Amino acid sequence: MPYIPHTEADVREMLATIGADSIDELFREIPDELRVKVGALALPNALDESRLASHLKELSAKNVNLEDNVCFLGAGIYDRYVPSTVSAIISRGEFLTSYTPYQPEASQGYLQTIYEFQSMIAELYGMDLANASMYDGATALAEAAIMAVGIKGHDKVAVSQAVHPHYRQVLDTYCWSMGIEVVTLPIENGLTTDYSAAAGASCILVQSPNFFGVIEDLNAAKQASETHGAMFIVSADPVGCALMSPPGAYGADVVVGEGQPMGVAMGLGGPLVGLFCTKKEFVRSIPGRIVGRTKEAHGDLPGYVMTLRTREQDIRREKATSNICTNEALMALACTVHMSALGKNGMKAVAESSVRNAHYLISELASIGVHRRHPSAKVFCEFVIDLPKNANEVRDSLLQDGILAGLPLGSYYADMENSLLVAVTEKRTKAEIDRFVSSLKHTIA
Amino acid sequence: MRPTRSKRVPEPQLIFDKSRSGRLGCNVPKCDTPEVDLSAALGELREELHLPEVSELDLVRHFTNLSQINYGIDTGFYPLGSCTMKYNPKINEVTARYAGFAALHPMQPVETIPGALELLNGVQEILCEITGFDAITLQPLAGAHGEMTCLMLIKAYHERIGQTQRHIVLVPDSAHGTNPASAARCGYDVKPVPTDADGNTDLAALTKSLEEHGDKVAALMLTNPSTLGLFEPNISLICKMIHDAGGQVFCDGANMNAMVGTTRPGDHGFDCMHLNLHKTFSTPHGGGGPGCGAIGLQAHLAPYQPVPVIKREEESGEVIAEYERPLSIGRVSAYYGQFLMEVRAYTYLMAYGRENMADISRYAVLNANYVRARLKEVLPPAHDRPCMHECILTAEKYKKNHGVRALDISKRLIDYGFHPPTNYFPLIVPECLMIEPTETESKETLDAFCDAMIEICHEAMTTPDVLHAAPSTAVVGRLDETAAVKNLDVRWQAPKPVLA
Repeated sequence: MPYIPHTEADVREMLATIGADSIDELFREIPDELRVKVGALALPNALDESRLASHLKELSAKNVNLEDNVCFLGAGIYDRYVPSTVSAIISRGEFLTSYTPYQPEASQGYLQTIYEFQSMIAELYGMDLANASMYDGATALAEAAIMAVGIKGHDKVAVSQAVHPHYRQVLDTYCWSMGIEVVTLPIENGLTTDYSAAAGASCILVQSPNFFGVIEDLNAAKQASETHGAMFIVSADPVGCALMSPPGAYGADVVVGEGQPMGVAMGLGGPLVGLFCTKKEFVRSIPGRIVGRTKEAHGDLPGYVMTLRTREQDIRREKATSNICTNEALMALACTVHMSALGKNGMKAVAESSVRNAHYLISELASIGVHRRHPSAKVFCEFVIDLPKNANEVRDSLLQDGILAGLPLGSYYADMENSLLVAVTEKRTKAEIDRFVSSLKHTIA
Repeated sequence: MRPTRSKRVPEPQLIFDKSRSGRLGCNVPKCDTPEVDLSAALGELREELHLPEVSELDLVRHFTNLSQINYGIDTGFYPLGSCTMKYNPKINEVTARYAGFAALHPMQPVETIPGALELLNGVQEILCEITGFDAITLQPLAGAHGEMTCLMLIKAYHERIGQTQRHIVLVPDSAHGTNPASAARCGYDVKPVPTDADGNTDLAALTKSLEEHGDKVAALMLTNPSTLGLFEPNISLICKMIHDAGGQVFCDGANMNAMVGTTRPGDHGFDCMHLNLHKTFSTPHGGGGPGCGAIGLQAHLAPYQPVPVIKREEESGEVIAEYERPLSIGRVSAYYGQFLMEVRAYTYLMAYGRENMADISRYAVLNANYVRARLKEVLPPAHDRPCMHECILTAEKYKKNHGVRALDISKRLIDYGFHPPTNYFPLIVPECLMIEPTETESKETLDAFCDAMIEICHEAMTTPDVLHAAPSTAVVGRLDETAAVKNLDVRWQAPKPVLA
């Protein structure tokens, strides 16, 4: 094995230093009946590097990939442009193969990028501060809810039915295990409008743009949370926040989201990166790591360290604010490089292109008689269309033309068998959008 | 040879400081669809957006220069105990970038990802065989997430069999902090279990604890080998004691590297365990994530596992993603887990295969015992027993005699070009240094490290102030962590506009 450097002579010398006759002897504390004979496990045979690459290539070729097909599927994970610099930087061994920066003197490079990440995320969401990342958007939402329960003390949270169904399922699982009740806020025409079920809840959780792509009325949500004395938590697409007034501007107490659209491969949904922002007053309750700027203890040079560490599991154990330890540092770095490469103008440009492409598709669809389910709703880059037939069939038919048309909603919402959730990013060209429309026209004719 | 002070680098600027209005760091896709009135389309628009504006070259230099003041496995030896900082093979990075893996959307039709499902099932089958468990799920996103998921399964199992009074989780005093934190996350009360003088679980104390509240115990969370780097010889007996009391036993798999191909936790009596694929199976740590936390389950817990469940259908032979699981706890993550990390782990597992798999644990244990033997004169091991994949040494005598702490020794290692080991963990060993060399390090590297440690221990006695002031060659000296909390500064702020 090229990964194991030991020669026979090395092993002999090392055993002599240890004072053992064999490697086996080092395992003598494991009872015999629990030992497995070397090579006795029923495992596949080892592959050399060339055959390994071919084998993986074969497996990958069995999948329908979205480099060779055109993607109009979003629902929380988006096919967006990623500058080449992102992969180049996150592939550098100094970042890729480092551990959590517990030794700041040997980790200043990474720590500074995390500080930059926190700064950019807080800026995008219009919040005081951000942490160093969570696993993904779904668990970030669940963590936010649990933080609110810790602060407010009521074992109840209220979540809009227009929050991503998978996020709600993760929230349900987390809350079940902690004995927290989850109530659902109903939707009307794709919008959360009735907050009355939130009475007595520690927080109100909404998503904007929501699962249907609809931009929620965050003023109304904020007002409702004030009425009920609940914390106001928003899950938001960070890309949209480059253009739109961010949740922080509406007085959100916590803003969470999925960072994938900013430089992270779709990768069948992993690894992703959860974003988590809050107000200064709640900083001591946040889950996960946070990096702060300080200076040398006996000098003047500035430097970065992980800080507010007494909230964390390795120090606080069962009283920690969360059990999270490893987060998604490398994906956060991808986001940081991505946001730096696009910069202020690039981030606005991709957001604006998404709006233009989405609106172009909406008007072209109208010309073939396909309309939005929520015609008056404001949308950013994603919307629901109602089709004359089952959306699964339509989706499968367009896939034959190399177009992944979107997400059929029938399996998530009982009355939406013919509804399709469609996303359009800056990567889509007018020609691709036209092809989508003509293929759809054909299918429903 | 003693290291000499290198030239200090100037204060690295933030990317924000390098920003100049109008610069672009990439070629953004051009839009060829008609313009729209943005505020009519979206509602309220934002005013300011303070993101940096830098050229592509300046961007690359910024992050490349930052990488150069960061230590990684690719740059040097990383003996961080409990973290298994082994070599991360480059082929894993190549396969994870194949478009047939990287360019998959998690909500695309499941019929269009047969290769991905086959790969996930392949990882599960191999891990089942290595760990001896009946089922593996790859849903958890990190180690602590895996621990938490295991406890959720135990909770669901106890609810199902009418044992909801079981609210206590026993956690040894040597356990990782994630164990009690995960238990708390599942609504459990944590009770500690002491370790005896030999470094094993204190059986008398455990017996007493079970006599006192055995009918309330939901689970014991045991790390094996323990965080003391020792194999728990009474493991089967301990599992039996917990089972007799009606509880379940969880294995913290942080130390699986000591066991791969040599012994299987599923045979020890454990009901479930978590694995850190980012430790044992070489997916890169990435500076603190992504992690990748598989869990192994005995058959009685498998019905409760999170959805989707990836499995090979017996009749058709096809691998499917199953959602109709009436006893499932539901989802713990949004999609299929850390898929691209699974691609890396699968690549790694297939490179080792049946023939070489046991080499992982064999050479990991050899290396740890070698370091232990070479350092035992200067840094006595906490226990007089062969260690497994890591050795736990104590620097107590230097503290007592020379006022030099484990932390000082660790920081001085940076001057010698090595990453420090883990220190002050486990909490029960005074002035603890926890060294895990892993199997991928050569004898020469270990010798260079041990030589440095011996030299540093000599310095501790002769020039302790050098250690107190260490590191002296790093880009910064020791940082003021108290000030970081007191004067909290966790983000860059745009300068306020100056009024004319």
